[in-house]
Amino acid sequence: MSLYYVQKLLYQVNREPYIRKRFDTDFDQLIGDYDLSIDEITALREGDIGLLYIMGVNGQILMHFAAHCGLEWSTYLATLRQALVEHGPVRAGLYATVWD
Amino acid sequence: MSLVFAGACSHGPGITGRAEQADVSLRNELYANFDRLRRAIEQSNPDALVVIGAEHFANFFMDNMPAICMGMADSYTGPIEDEQWLGIDSAQIPGNEALSEQLIKSIMQDIDLAYAQEWKFDHGIMVPLHFLTPRYDLPVIPVNINCQGPPLIPLHRCYEFGRALRRACDERPERIAIIGTGGISHWPATPDSGQINEQWDRQFLDHFVNNRREQLVAYTDEQTYQDAGQGGFEIRTFVAIAGATEGSTGEIWFYAPIPIFAVGCTIATMSVE
Ligand SMILES: [Fe+2]
Repeated sequence: MSLYYVQKLLYQVNREPYIRKRFDTDFDQLIGDYDLSIDEITALREGDIGLLYIMGVNGQILMHFAAHCGLEWSTYLATLRQALVEHGPVRAGLYATVWD
Repeated sequence: MSLVFAGACSHGPGITGRAEQADVSLRNELYANFDRLRRAIEQSNPDALVVIGAEHFANFFMDNMPAICMGMADSYTGPIEDEQWLGIDSAQIPGNEALSEQLIKSIMQDIDLAYAQEWKFDHGIMVPLHFLTPRYDLPVIPVNINCQGPPLIPLHRCYEFGRALRRACDERPERIAIIGTGGISHWPATPDSGQINEQWDRQFLDHFVNNRREQLVAYTDEQTYQDAGQGGFEIRTFVAIAGATEGSTGEIWFYAPIPIFAVGCTIATMSVE
């Protein structure tokens, strides 16, 4: 799991138009710059918003990527809810916080 | 001259981006109060507006996350989001680099803070500006308090930041208005989006407008996360405003949970006497 790099890539896709363009047209080259697992690469390539949420991507990053992927707001929320049913609880990141 | 105005408002992207999906009368009442806030700011005749926001990974990421950062540029851009998605057109927003620098240098006497000479506003600042300075004709000085990627700055330090900002403003000849913008309880961009803990919100807002420092800084992130969601961490922006108006109280002009806006929408002011 390299949630840090999944989020970093999406943060940059959201923020930088030239990275967004590379994500859309030059995905394989682009992801070489990030330390990602095969599952993460697949989820990113397929725009699997639900699985990315379960992997722990922060919604504040994910909702913009979802909009970029063409998901309307209610579809975005339904996708997250369905992912919880399919994959179980969020695995890492803020939404999986265990307080000590 | 000094601090001439202080207020607080919500910034959820749905407020502009999903406007047509909301209850019409509630939405109109919210918009009317945003407009009232705009008029009050204008009546204070400010030279600059400091917006204390809680941005959402638009400029700041976990490779180098400042606890608090202040903008120091003569102009900014926004929104970073898709214009249609947010319902706000791209714009250039004026800043005031020289005033930023003076404020930063002064605040640093009390609080360590980062600065940024480049800043792309996200909905956290663009939604308030859309209503409060719709012609983008008032220089804006953005402040970001990290409310997204823990570890987060403790609330008592946010209060101290507010106090330092107040002192810095009071040293200046310019007339400065400040706005804090954050959500109270909310679970933004998650499956629980739309959930709002109204009782928690009203309790917090009561502490805020009565400027009860002890109660405001006593909230723990663990309890806030349980009761008010991760969006509740944004109370830091309100706490900073309370610090900047220490000894004064305020007024809630509008509060209503609006689920499609994913937050208890709030418009409030604090006295700067
Ligand atoms: Fe926010």
